[in-house]
Amino acid sequence: MISDITPFGTAFFSIILLLAAIVIAAFLNKYQKLLISVSFSITALSCLMASIAGIWGVGAGYVESTTISMGIPDLPFHLRLDPLSGFFLVVVGLLSFFVSVYSLGYVKGFIGHRSVTHLVIFYCLFITGMFLVILSDDALSFLISWELMAASSYFLVMFEDERVENRRAAFLYLVVAHVGAIAILLSFGILAGLTTGFKGFDGYTFDAMRQAEFPAGWATAAFLLAFFGFAAKAGVIPFHVWLPEAHPVAPSNVSALMSGVMLKTAIYGIVRVSFDLIGISNWWWGAIVLIFGLISAVLGVLYALMQHDLKRLLAYSSVENIGIILIGIGLAMIFTYFEMPQLAALSLLAGLYHTLNHAMFKGLLFMGAGAVLYATKERSMEEMGGLIHKMPWTAALFLVGCISISALPPFNGFVSEWLTFQAFLLSPSLQTPLLNLLIPLGAALLALAAALSAACFVMAFGVTFLGRWRGHHNSPPPFDSPLSKGGYRGVKGGNGGLEVDWYMRIGMIMAALACLILGILPTMTIGWMDALSEQLVGDKITITAGEFGWLWLTPIAHERASYSAPIVLIVVLAVVLLAYILLHIRKAAVHRAPLWDCGFEKVTNRMQYSAASFSMPIRRIFGFLFSIREDVRAVYPTGNPLFPKRLRYHLKVRDRFWGLFYKPVADASIWISRKVGKLQQGRIQMYLIYSFITIIVLLLFLR
Amino acid sequence: MSITLAAQINSILAALILLTAFGLLVQRRIYGLLHLFAWQGLFLSISTGIVGYVAGVNHLYISSVLTLGLKVIVLPYILHILIIRMQIRKEVDTVVNIPTTMLIGIALVIFSYHLTAPIIELSTLVTKSTLAVALATVMLGLLMMITRRNAVTQIIGFLSMENGLFFAATSATYGMPLVVELGVALDILIAAFIFGIFFFQIRTTFDSLDVNSMAKLKEEE
Repeated sequence: MISDITPFGTAFFSIILLLAAIVIAAFLNKYQKLLISVSFSITALSCLMASIAGIWGVGAGYVESTTISMGIPDLPFHLRLDPLSGFFLVVVGLLSFFVSVYSLGYVKGFIGHRSVTHLVIFYCLFITGMFLVILSDDALSFLISWELMAASSYFLVMFEDERVENRRAAFLYLVVAHVGAIAILLSFGILAGLTTGFKGFDGYTFDAMRQAEFPAGWATAAFLLAFFGFAAKAGVIPFHVWLPEAHPVAPSNVSALMSGVMLKTAIYGIVRVSFDLIGISNWWWGAIVLIFGLISAVLGVLYALMQHDLKRLLAYSSVENIGIILIGIGLAMIFTYFEMPQLAALSLLAGLYHTLNHAMFKGLLFMGAGAVLYATKERSMEEMGGLIHKMPWTAALFLVGCISISALPPFNGFVSEWLTFQAFLLSPSLQTPLLNLLIPLGAALLALAAALSAACFVMAFGVTFLGRWRGHHNSPPPFDSPLSKGGYRGVKGGNGGLEVDWYMRIGMIMAALACLILGILPTMTIGWMDALSEQLVGDKITITAGEFGWLWLTPIAHERASYSAPIVLIVVLAVVLLAYILLHIRKAAVHRAPLWDCGFEKVTNRMQYSAASFSMPIRRIFGFLFSIREDVRAVYPTGNPLFPKRLRYHLKVRDRFWGLFYKPVADASIWISRKVGKLQQGRIQMYLIYSFITIIVLLLFLR
Repeated sequence: MSITLAAQINSILAALILLTAFGLLVQRRIYGLLHLFAWQGLFLSISTGIVGYVAGVNHLYISSVLTLGLKVIVLPYILHILIIRMQIRKEVDTVVNIPTTMLIGIALVIFSYHLTAPIIELSTLVTKSTLAVALATVMLGLLMMITRRNAVTQIIGFLSMENGLFFAATSATYGMPLVVELGVALDILIAAFIFGIFFFQIRTTFDSLDVNSMAKLKEEE
């Protein structure tokens, strides 16, 4: 019956569908091609349903909850769909839908190399875990789904487990995820305990936590634990070390999901716990979130600039974007505390809008990087170049992603970053001197991060797709590179050479369209998201934002700032059209000729502008932030120092955080393990003596 | 039979159980160990029966018969067969020499008396004085497991520990509920089978029943 279909029911059905996909995958182990088609189609369908449920739920401002008697007796699972979870359901569902379609093509590349059954199963489990995290309405089911998500993504990172770096990255990821999970567990423990006054277990539901009043000290402890726990998952600096290790080695569809949406579940956690469960009771909570956000935004993009592995660059750029999201959320916390609901609504929506946008464009970029990897089997940008001729579709779509992430109109990244700026610029003078210092500084740092991010993606796109093939092999695969032997599925020869198949292209096209739509219809999107800010900070910005109709986005006051995406789009299109006409109307306007080499005869493709050379100026300016090992060595075959044969340049840029925070901890734990390992003699008698002595001592002292 | 008489008899039996526990510590021959273990079981069974009679707790009779069947007949028989099958003729190896073990054992008995003194003062049961012996038997069993190398003697130590626990249960509270005792009896029987398999495994792996060989299993650094 149509009338019985509710957003919640739709979301619930999509989870059941995902579980069905897992069961089917288990049975289709022998028919790998069929397995990929069937499972990813079902997954795509279910993700689409989930996002429809989310869009519908948020739009209607709808709340529904239910109880499932599963798990521990007397502690049933509670599920709830409210605007906040509905919004994140859209974030996760929409990108998962695109990526599932993309996977239909991408995963076929593994056929013949290895079995993909467990990739499919863990992929479905991973998405299920994320949906359940978002829908959970009690601490128990939240943590169980959180672990389901972490464990299945661990196996996804481990997918190509024959390589040491993959195993190492997966282990690092698991360790950081679990340290974070412990902090979250403790935070929920505090909240649940205080709700009932440490009597009984009834406080584990989010409903009970919402109604409880927490003493300031405990609330702060719970907030800090939850923030750092979720920050570890979100990859906030300094907890980001796992991100640039795990994302590059995972299959690209998985890294798209991990970076695009898994990090967002952590954002969901922060928003849920701080705004919904605890309530903002200190202004400096927001300041902490803001400071961590700023550090992540600036350092994340600087690290991204130093990378020459395309997927690593994208991973660091996720750190930056998580930073930008946290800036919005931190500002929202500050404004909520100072009772400025309208500004709080603006900054919260800016943060959440960026969450949705980042899911779309980062998913798109990872899919693009995956397509490049799929076609060239190469991750280092320094070995690419000129791919725009071989992969025109991928290049164009990747460019859309780059423009969006660089926050250029008319795409979506601009809207959310612009809104974040508005939140900064519109903020009045507050009573706290520290904040009055921090907010303008924050605006400046955000501007810096935005500019550097644009530079970073100019580099990423330019080095990968423009110029000429700069690899050590003279031309790109599959023409005469030894790497290409063994055949690539979905890669067609001839013109357009390396272009990927239509499934992958459609996945990317849909993500690119989402970027465009979110970019040109911000007023409608914000109108839709109003239920969120109403739920969390008790005010909405539609009235002001939509004051001049759908065409103009005017947060707070139109005399301060307004933006019309459709008009910008029209202008951009007009300029592009004009340029095209001017250049192509006459046949002679563009003509191709050999490169002029200044009389120096042997110009090779290796002499192009590379990623290392592009980021050189920034490396000089911000060098103190990295540990850089750079050496230039000349080779003199004749022994005469005046005639070097060739120069060798080695550059190694490392994250300082590893040496500063992680290495001491890792060394100390290994040292302690060695010492404790001495207890383990391998002799039964020794173990018996340990327990014997323990018993005697206990009897002696506790009798 | 008067209560005092029963208490007297129970005390004698407790003393005998303690004696056999010490006997197990000093006995060097494997068959001797087996016989001593069977004797300990017999004393335990009689003691349980008497306690059941005095206290009027009927299910203790069942426990008594169970003890007699399992610990006096079945388990010694199983171990006997194991010893024959594995052709263990060697005398028992010890880690610490026997006089030292004896001294430690005596210290443990004194310790258990010291430990149970407050409980004995509070208790009103007939069997209260034997609680210390029961605890001592548990500890002596553990001590035996620590000081012996051969796997079979370790199992006997383990079973004697279990005897001590059983004795403690009867003397402290007139026995555990019957369900628990039945469960424990079943556990012991199954443990004996598992140990049997385990013996064969370690012998085929290391060519000996010396548990010290298992140190080889430790990961080298």
